[in-house]
Amino acid sequence: MLWDWNYVWEIMPALLRASIVTVQATLLGFVLAAVLGLIFAILRMSRSNWISIPTAGFVEFIRSTPVLIQIFFVFFVFPEFGIVLPAMVAGVIALGLHYGTYCSEVYRAGLENIPRGQWEASIALNLSPYITFRDIIIPQAIPPVIPALGNYLVALFKETPLLSAIAVLELMQTAKILGSENFRYVEPMTLVGGFFLVMSIVAAAGIRQVEAYLNRTLRNPGGAR
Amino acid sequence: MTTPMVKFDNVTKRYGSLTVLDSLNLDIASNEKVAIIGPSGSGKTTVLRMLMTLERINEGIIYVDGEPMTHMERNGKLVPANERHLRRVRGNVGMVFQHFNLFPHMSAMKNCMEAPIHVLGLSKQEAADRAAELLDMVGLGDKKDQYPSQLSGGQQQRVAIARALAMRPKVMLFDEVTSALDPELVGEVLNVIRKLGTEHNLTMLMVTHQMGFAREFADRVCFFYGGKIAESGKPSEIFSNPKEERTRQFLSAVLEAS
Repeated sequence: MLWDWNYVWEIMPALLRASIVTVQATLLGFVLAAVLGLIFAILRMSRSNWISIPTAGFVEFIRSTPVLIQIFFVFFVFPEFGIVLPAMVAGVIALGLHYGTYCSEVYRAGLENIPRGQWEASIALNLSPYITFRDIIIPQAIPPVIPALGNYLVALFKETPLLSAIAVLELMQTAKILGSENFRYVEPMTLVGGFFLVMSIVAAAGIRQVEAYLNRTLRNPGGAR
Repeated sequence: MTTPMVKFDNVTKRYGSLTVLDSLNLDIASNEKVAIIGPSGSGKTTVLRMLMTLERINEGIIYVDGEPMTHMERNGKLVPANERHLRRVRGNVGMVFQHFNLFPHMSAMKNCMEAPIHVLGLSKQEAADRAAELLDMVGLGDKKDQYPSQLSGGQQQRVAIARALAMRPKVMLFDEVTSALDPELVGEVLNVIRKLGTEHNLTMLMVTHQMGFAREFADRVCFFYGGKIAESGKPSEIFSNPKEERTRQFLSAVLEAS
């Protein structure tokens, strides 16, 4: 028999528990990516070459090397320098850093789209650079890039199985263990795939909601066009 | 002789090899209203942008209220100003732009409250009172909670004037503030500027194409040509009896067009 429902119900609890780990890794990783991305984007726009060029170099370096290598690096190489991290933490840092560099490009597009007049008005009103970014630039730059950021959230989510390589007990790793224990891979792997499919669709719908909300409140306040 | 409110001392501005302003010398007295006219590319907008510190200058010094703005004193010598110095002196100057540059995600009130709260340190209540008073003054008391996208161009520009005034500048710069407006909206903005001139102690510098308004409102008109002041004087002299051939040509071209 190709598909055993009894086996499905037997492994379901373990897979659901693992799915929580997957979701946790996704959300933590993405929060880190969203914050780091904004920091990278702003540093890269700095007028000082001492700040912008090293930042650009670092972003390019991280973007251009595989995330799996970065995960291994954080988990296996950092301890050589005295930084010993639990697998989950190491994985979240590596994913967050890697996707942070993608997000920084997205933010940069949003920031560069702000008309020069907004910056000039901020200078004319003597606003500090911090207030200018916080109150004037960022609230206008982010809503238009929410869909692009959302795509990276879904992409990061689908990359979490890489964490199985450093034995984080997320969905993929759990499915592998179940499969090898019972010599049956069809059900666990199919369920994992189905789970990712459902979650991705749910996340995409959520992003559309956030996008619509931000458009209403920030980008087009008052509702007039 | 009293200290001028604004003093351009041999100011030169270049973009690459192009000299936009060539050793400009210009003193503007406190409370004086100066209109700057001239063909496009003559450097007139650059004068305002330098005074607002939106452009750095290449040579010379700009003084505001007797104090160097583009430079600061260090060990008895004048060195180019750092950001901190600029932030301190810049507060004396306010600017209204051709394209309004209102913050689109903030209501008219919030536009006028942002800088007083974060730069002058006013409380929310104080800033709101000040903003409401100024919006009343520009005739938009009933539009306080509207967003820029809900206002006409003339209304947006009046909010922009109120926003600049909320910082209580000593010098106000108007950069072609009616050029982006539909003709029927020009009057309401000029009326507000007129009112400012009579009710407030403000030094005003305006780049304008509204010759009638310049003639009636300004104490002095400066005609710019090729990065220099080609001619300046009382509006009656400049408009009725220009001495320079270039001024005459410019005025007849402009007046013909309108």
